[in-house]
Amino acid sequence: MDRLDQLESQSIFIFREAFNRIENIAMLWSLGKDSNVMIWLARKAFFGHVPFPVMHVDTGKKFPEMYDFRDRYAAEWGLNFIREECPPLEMTDETLPPAARSAARKTEGLKLAIKKHGFNALFAGIRRDEEATRAKERVFSPRGQTGQWDFKDQPPEFWDQFKTDFPPGTHIRIHPLLHWTEVDIWLYTLREQIPTIPLYFAKDGKRYRSLGDKDITSPVASTASTIEEIIEELRTTKISERSGRAMDHESEDAFERLRADGYL
Amino acid sequence: MSEASEAKVRLAAVNSNPASTRDLLRIVIVGHVDHGKSTLVGRMFHDTGSLPDGKYESIKAMCERRGVPFEWAFLMDALQAERDQGITIDTSQIWFKTDARDYTIIDAPGHKEFLKNMITGAAQSDAALLIIDAAEGVREQSRRHGYLLHLLGIRQVAVAVNKMDLINYEKDQFDLIEQEYRDYLTSIGVTPTFVIPVSARQGDNIVNQTNAMSWYKGPTVVKALDSFMPTAAPVDRPLRFPVQDVYKFDHRRIIAGRIEEGSLKVGDTLLFSPSNKSARVQSIEYWSTVPGKKPPMEASAGESIGITLDEQIFVERGELVSHAEHAPIETDVFRARIFWLGHEPMVKGKSYRIKLGTLEAPVTVQSIESIIDTSDLSNTSSHQVERNQVAEIVLRARRMLALDEFISAPKSGRFVLIDKYDIAGGGIISMEGYADQRDLITSRSTNITRVVHGIDETARAFRNGHKGGVLWFTGLSGAGKSTLAVALEKKLFEKGYNVYVLDGDNVRHGLNANLSFSPEDRAENIRRVGEVAALFGRAGMIAITSFISPYRSDRDRAREAGGGNFHEIHVKADVATCEARDPKGLYKKARAGEIKDFTGISAPYEEPDNPELVIDTAEVQLDECVERLVNYVETKFKV
Repeated sequence: MDRLDQLESQSIFIFREAFNRIENIAMLWSLGKDSNVMIWLARKAFFGHVPFPVMHVDTGKKFPEMYDFRDRYAAEWGLNFIREECPPLEMTDETLPPAARSAARKTEGLKLAIKKHGFNALFAGIRRDEEATRAKERVFSPRGQTGQWDFKDQPPEFWDQFKTDFPPGTHIRIHPLLHWTEVDIWLYTLREQIPTIPLYFAKDGKRYRSLGDKDITSPVASTASTIEEIIEELRTTKISERSGRAMDHESEDAFERLRADGYL
Repeated sequence: MSEASEAKVRLAAVNSNPASTRDLLRIVIVGHVDHGKSTLVGRMFHDTGSLPDGKYESIKAMCERRGVPFEWAFLMDALQAERDQGITIDTSQIWFKTDARDYTIIDAPGHKEFLKNMITGAAQSDAALLIIDAAEGVREQSRRHGYLLHLLGIRQVAVAVNKMDLINYEKDQFDLIEQEYRDYLTSIGVTPTFVIPVSARQGDNIVNQTNAMSWYKGPTVVKALDSFMPTAAPVDRPLRFPVQDVYKFDHRRIIAGRIEEGSLKVGDTLLFSPSNKSARVQSIEYWSTVPGKKPPMEASAGESIGITLDEQIFVERGELVSHAEHAPIETDVFRARIFWLGHEPMVKGKSYRIKLGTLEAPVTVQSIESIIDTSDLSNTSSHQVERNQVAEIVLRARRMLALDEFISAPKSGRFVLIDKYDIAGGGIISMEGYADQRDLITSRSTNITRVVHGIDETARAFRNGHKGGVLWFTGLSGAGKSTLAVALEKKLFEKGYNVYVLDGDNVRHGLNANLSFSPEDRAENIRRVGEVAALFGRAGMIAITSFISPYRSDRDRAREAGGGNFHEIHVKADVATCEARDPKGLYKKARAGEIKDFTGISAPYEEPDNPELVIDTAEVQLDECVERLVNYVETKFKV
């Protein structure tokens, strides 16, 4: 087994644990490279099936290429697809900096969607290497009634024994890609020939490394126009993956506050 | 560090073929609080040029905002609470690479209060780097972390003696710390590969050799890490494949799970434990979009797979799959060394849920043998295990579990305990003094049918004037079982009862002459006596058995064999009384170490939970004991 086989096997193990132990579970699909890999891994785990709903919590501000991609593959992959909308900006915490506040819409949309469908748990495609508070995450991460993350007292998690018992009302985030890195995602996408949104490839000297809302996501300087070139670029770059995501950088703790409140 | 060497470390890492994967090694950094774990990580990142652009400046800005000197810990301490209090609360991970390979660096909190987070981090690693402050020397958590690494199964350990600049890079003081810590690790069975004098703050011996300690000839920290090996998948071991789930997709019934050890192939006959069912592998299922890709014919350790079977046997999550040879142990009682993380202490007699691989079952803490002080490895006794303590305990399940000893198969020899909703502890299994019960419950006879007797129990009871059955005496050696049994037999015989004593030493001369005193053979000894006593009972006689029979599992099995009229009689006397009597001189030999595994001294005696009768021979005279037993028989065996 090479490194990709090991990563794949671990993710499949996580999917199967969650699917066995927790009722009413759904997967979050942000349409980005990570959540596409996540769908792929679910199909590996369940022999071509995705045996739970796949949900896009839509801010309505994504790139057109992302919506095209979503509509095509939701059908082609035979997904049980759900689209939910985010509430207007006025419903978010007004003390947050502007971009973070915009991102917080998604948190609110998520909470509403969870309530509406009665999901006990959500698969989310976050990775430890994306951002420093995500590096402290658990694979099975309990949230309070309103989705908040108690990062000061997380459950122990070792020997692949995850916390799967919860008092009623607890919501759980499950992170099957937590142990993957950005390079791993591209290596796997290449190996498995997973469809990719063209925005990730360089056009006029720029490409998107991470995709979010149009108005708070900016491209990075790059000439990488194939997956191979992206991998090569990532192996030498010293620019962080989320540098183009405005809400991470507005203040030292903006992202921690977002996450504590239930952001992914 | 020169520009050239920095570029070498960082850029030579890039493979000529970008699509190829590189080796990954996961290193956990552990040690006592404030001994400089985070600083060392920061230094390692800085000196290998692994910091993202602007990271150094942003850490600097954070420190200035707080009015504190530059603090490398802010690289990984991402939480506001961690930065504000200057303490690592939770484990974190960060990535860097050398010429040799990629690394995941796992930072583990050194504060005792966050031991659960330290374990969460450490358990994911292939190797460990343990940091000791040269000025403070070996401290409580230095030892505890070393001990826990061993318990978690991490065998590759390097030690960095940090802050050498504070002791003027003196070799003598380093040598003392090295000796003290090596002695400790050796005593728990760990051999540190390297002990390296470093100064994380000054950058000595982290990435670059230093002139400040020319007396040190060993590798730098990074060189030491490069010498470690990623944990290899145990493919050449006996098969261990825990069933994770059973799916019905597209008319196939797929048994899904991850192979933890060994390998299997299509056509293999698999044994499912503890249900003890067998079937053959019909196919290994696989989903791929690559046209023409054929499903695999074999699979091995580390792979998450699905298989179909040639027969539709009922199996479910929690079964442990092996080949028939090299099957796992089956037992309902075992010994464990545990670390406790629960908010509530672990209490003797309390029930928890065990998660062992994919199996979940209720277990009860039968005994807490000792609490281990990880500082000096001394033992104390207690009726409960507090949070963050390490202890030796005995756990009992209500049914058979399939498991392994940690030493022979780590992944099926370790478990966690759940208290209410929470993972409250972890442990590793040892069967020392306890028997593998697989042979006792495995029936190898085939094509057998019971013959119905022409005479029923009632007819026999009427002819004999009393019912048949079993009086099962259990108790310590010297408690008076044999004396009582023989006296009771005589009294009952005189009263006209058909009665016979089965005695330990006697059956070992014949029926059980081929059995030794190993745990398995002792269990088999009792199984046979249980079956023979049951035959006597069904034949209408009263069988009195006189055996220590220290294990509850064995006595419960005898009860099951005995049918309705089985009476467990606890012949009770404390160890001191028995030792004072010592009719066969065995206690003396046991104390002298001439007999090992002697019940009550060096092997457990599990007292009956609910015996039908307790006879206290320390308090009551022999005649009166016999009298009570006669009365008991007259009531219970009346027609």
